[in-house]
Amino acid sequence: MADDSLASESASGLNGSSDEGTGFPEDFPHTARLKQAGVTTLDGLRDVDSLEDLKGIGPTYAKEIAEALERYDADESGGTTTEKRSSPLSGDGAAEDEPEGPWTQQSIEIPEGPIEETVSFDTYPAGQFSHDELGFSDDEVVDLLRSMLLQRRFENRCRQMYQRQKISGFLHLYIGQEAVSTGSVSAVDLGDDSIITAYRDHGMGLAMGMTPEECMGELFGKSTGCSKGKGGSMHFFDAEKRMMGGHAIVGAHLPLGAGIAFAHKYRGEDNVCLCFFGDGAMHQGAFREACNLAGIYELPIVFICENNQYAMGTAVDRAFSKPDLFKHGYNFDFPCSLASGMDVFSVNKAVRDHVENYARKGQPSMLEVRTYRYQGHSITDPAEYRAANELDQRKSEDAIARLQQYIVDRGIATDSDIDAIDEEAEQKVVDAIDAADAAPFPDEEAIYDDVYTQEDYPFIA
Amino acid sequence: MATLQFREALRAAMTEEMERDDDIFLIGEEVAEYDGAYKVSKGMLDQFGSRRVIDSPISELGFAGLGIGAAMNGLRPIVEFMTFNFSFVAFDQVINNAPNMQYMSGGQFTVPIVFRGPNGAAGQLGATHSNSTEALYSTFPGLKVVAPSIPDDGKGLLKTAIRDDDPVVFLESELMYGMKDEVSDAEDYTIPIGSARVAREGDDVTIVAHSKSYHIAMDAADELEERGYEAEVIDPRTIKPLDIETIVESVVKTNRLVVIDESNPFASVASEVTHQVQDRAFDYLDAPILRVTAPDTPAPYAPNLMDAYMPGVDETVDKCLQVLYAK
Amino acid sequence: MATPIEMPKLSDTMEEGVLSAWLMDEGDQVSAGDILAQVETDKATMDLEAFDEGVLLKKVIDEGDSVPIGQLIAVIGEEGEDISDLLGGEDGDDSAAADAEAATDEAEEEAEDTPDTTEPSADTEEVVEEPSGDGQLRERTPEPVPAGTDAEGRRIKASPLARRIAQEHDVDLARVDGSGPEGRIVRRDVEARIEEGEPAPPPEREERAPEPAPQPTAEAPTYELPDDEAPYASEDISQMRKTIARRLAQSKYSAPHFYLTVDIDVEDAVALREDLNELAEEQGRAKISFNDLITKSCALALKDHPYVNAAYLPDEGEIRKYNRVHMGIAVAIDEGLITPVVRDADRKGLTEIARETRELAERARSRDLEPEEFEGATFTTSNLGMFGIEEFTAIINPPNSAILAIGEIRDTPVVEDGEVVPGKRMKVTLSCDHRVVDGATGAQFLDSVRSYLEEPMNLLL
Repeated sequence: MADDSLASESASGLNGSSDEGTGFPEDFPHTARLKQAGVTTLDGLRDVDSLEDLKGIGPTYAKEIAEALERYDADESGGTTTEKRSSPLSGDGAAEDEPEGPWTQQSIEIPEGPIEETVSFDTYPAGQFSHDELGFSDDEVVDLLRSMLLQRRFENRCRQMYQRQKISGFLHLYIGQEAVSTGSVSAVDLGDDSIITAYRDHGMGLAMGMTPEECMGELFGKSTGCSKGKGGSMHFFDAEKRMMGGHAIVGAHLPLGAGIAFAHKYRGEDNVCLCFFGDGAMHQGAFREACNLAGIYELPIVFICENNQYAMGTAVDRAFSKPDLFKHGYNFDFPCSLASGMDVFSVNKAVRDHVENYARKGQPSMLEVRTYRYQGHSITDPAEYRAANELDQRKSEDAIARLQQYIVDRGIATDSDIDAIDEEAEQKVVDAIDAADAAPFPDEEAIYDDVYTQEDYPFIA
Repeated sequence: MATLQFREALRAAMTEEMERDDDIFLIGEEVAEYDGAYKVSKGMLDQFGSRRVIDSPISELGFAGLGIGAAMNGLRPIVEFMTFNFSFVAFDQVINNAPNMQYMSGGQFTVPIVFRGPNGAAGQLGATHSNSTEALYSTFPGLKVVAPSIPDDGKGLLKTAIRDDDPVVFLESELMYGMKDEVSDAEDYTIPIGSARVAREGDDVTIVAHSKSYHIAMDAADELEERGYEAEVIDPRTIKPLDIETIVESVVKTNRLVVIDESNPFASVASEVTHQVQDRAFDYLDAPILRVTAPDTPAPYAPNLMDAYMPGVDETVDKCLQVLYAK
Repeated sequence: MATPIEMPKLSDTMEEGVLSAWLMDEGDQVSAGDILAQVETDKATMDLEAFDEGVLLKKVIDEGDSVPIGQLIAVIGEEGEDISDLLGGEDGDDSAAADAEAATDEAEEEAEDTPDTTEPSADTEEVVEEPSGDGQLRERTPEPVPAGTDAEGRRIKASPLARRIAQEHDVDLARVDGSGPEGRIVRRDVEARIEEGEPAPPPEREERAPEPAPQPTAEAPTYELPDDEAPYASEDISQMRKTIARRLAQSKYSAPHFYLTVDIDVEDAVALREDLNELAEEQGRAKISFNDLITKSCALALKDHPYVNAAYLPDEGEIRKYNRVHMGIAVAIDEGLITPVVRDADRKGLTEIARETRELAERARSRDLEPEEFEGATFTTSNLGMFGIEEFTAIINPPNSAILAIGEIRDTPVVEDGEVVPGKRMKVTLSCDHRVVDGATGAQFLDSVRSYLEEPMNLLL
């Protein structure tokens, strides 16, 4: 065994392989899948004739598993060129990594041979999880649908209100991505855990329980808005729900997310911060800085990349040299995973696992949720950069339609129940519009309010 | 009264406040194990431990933003920039996130944070390490900007800044950290933000100067006295909000004003003082308001050029004699 | 209940949209989300989406129509529903629809009422920018010496404080010697004058002598600010000034101006005018001003240069070249200025032009002009020669395509056959709307004007 710390690094999935009972080495890939397929030990694996025949294992995974097995067996036979160091991503924390002092412990003896890494990333595809295994009651499932429908009806009417010039400025709609907000919010302690997101924030606000009235009021620029008409579409906040804001400079809120998490940890609270951002935000240096700080301070934060395929008009694979965005978190030794944003249960399960990962291992993590926005980047973008039929294809995977189907198939509710829920959502939004219309604009003196907490601040005339 | 170095006065302020309030923490490059790049935080790691005195990587954007997020979530961070030249890579955080959060959230989230560190030129450091940021940060509503010139003000104002619920940019100076002076050891010694100090009284000409320039003003006042003129020296101490009342009151008495500001001249603090005084005391001016500033160039390296770059006593005396019509 | 569909705002800069294609027909069933039509905005062609269910009851506008945001374009409702309220403008609830309908009616009426005409349409108050007289060359009025200058008319330099002290003590600054830079009067100079004892300072103002007691404490400030001295006088903006402001700003911003100046030898024209006026006196006819010669010259030249006698009318999509020549002549009046029109000036003799111009100018000054007397100019001249202005540029009087700015007639040395001899010259500057008049076109026109004035006998033909 090589005696140095550089020889190998490894990262493991959220479900880790610290569990001795699996019989798999710590960094062995796709163990969760193997377990699901009934293979729980290395010996069991060696007995499998054709890996591809296992449920949930495709050719790519089969190849990776076979290679890992070969490597492992070679190591066992003494021809080792790689060695894993104790990883902060598994086991019960990073205690072994705690430096003895402020001096460096890094070796500059460079090992011979190539340095190999073995990484696995958990996945949460659509259609894999049921509500009962996630612990949702039937009523709670209907609530999920209610939340998603409210977002969609709200956003649709926002378009109309923009066209009628009731809403001005930038307006970025969330249609298509509702499973991400609803799935995530239902995985945390609302009101105790914190959530921060970017400028496409209406859906998150509504999913967190902000009322359509205060949201529409804000969009209309009225004094009844959540930010008293001084934030607008991109700046929804709700201190009580711990909605820490919609933030409008791409990437700039990621360090804020780290700071929010920092305060939770500083005060010894068990809460986490979910920090949502788009694929485009990952290009900013702020992403790297926030991740690194979260990593070294071991902050209770889940970085959630809401990959809706386009940063404004630039497709994700045109803009990244490494378009598997979830893998970027690996650079910070984070457990990383990939979930479908078109299934509210997949999102919910993934977020729960990430939150639980912090509770278990005290380490931040990264989740990529693949989703799709049906509208253009903003209200004025006709989204002509899409491929022909692309939108229709995505709509066929619509998360709301999926959940409705699920509910009907399982007999949780009937089609007419669902129609009634939809109408109720629509009515709430229409009422919110009426209320916003009737509400007053802020007083002109309000322009000086909330600039400083100091009440007698001497503004320059 | 105790005699303290400027850095010790600042440390005393932070230490007293951190002893008083567990929500306060200090984060920045080299603030902990290294005892501070300029030893301002010397010994604080030992006293408060690594939970509250936190070394950050060279990641100003990251830790400035982390501080703002922590402030939104109830803490009161002190963020040290090793120098304010490095705040530029965190500019978006300091100017867009810290001051706008309260406004954009309709008052739901405040950002009680102090960004502190040395500002302005500090010898032959070249252009990138010699920037004066006071005018820059003063332009953004929501920020307060403080720039003390003596250790006593440093202590009293930093304590107030830490207690302030608004974001405060607190500008120090490498060249003044070693300066020793009397500092109040009164319990809970604070100085309000937004009040100027009349450091020397005189009837003939008013000199307004903050931070390092204040000391030039005092030397110039001595020299003017030898020539038979009494200069009144005002240190605004806080750039924003600016105590314009005290300055105007003095100009109404002396009818002449010279402003020293080591920043570059365009849109500087000196420009703003000049505007406000002509606005409020036009009919009391007997001469144009003159400024003593750095030239409109980057800071040079060569020692003779750097001497020429910085405002000096001779130049200040000269400008005062001009407004006194004594030249 | 029927729902009006209005032209939506589809981009942040859109003001109106062209309905490029209807995708549904009247009587079609419409569901929320259906695309009713396509709308061409200033940026892109976008879908017009229905947000409500019903039957498309009425298409209010046709394909190709361009209407402003908010104007009614269709109505959705129940089959057979009475929508006359929406269409007829009775519905107090939806004034946009009412306005839209009214606007449509108006547009139709206007189309009927506007016959093919070569008359320019003009606002009821036809005004141009430069003050002017009746075109007579006059002696320059001697300038009164304004306050704040010395006997030679030079501005007195004094510090603000010195001015204030001087005013308080009734000291005439013109009689004080300044000791400051460039002779600036400063406090000590005024005080020295006061000490010399003339005139005695008013006793009640003695307390306000400019040496307040030094009180540099933090007490409440005791200085006096000059708030009570009104720094300016207010005057309501008259309707005429508003019209001048609006029309000239519109002209300057929408018509790209360029300027051509020519120096004309007017020796012969001046001589001719003297001859003609001697004759006129004998015969009791109206005297001819030099401006009348210019009016006639321009009128004749305009016949040969149709683009200078034209209007650029973007709303009508045409450049209108007028067949008749109506000369607008700017006249300064107390409230502002106005441009009476000498119609068909090309066909009128000099005596007729002179008589008509003088009469119009007199009635303009007594605000006695009928609208038709100041409307419909096809070209305008403005003369500031009587004020000693050598040359200037004028703002085009919309919808004209050019305006001629006339300077003074001046005695000047000119070179003739290699010798410097006395000459009479006049500079005129043509401002051209580059949308209609190109550089060469303008230059050729000016050349014609010059020819007429340099060989003035042609004006009598």
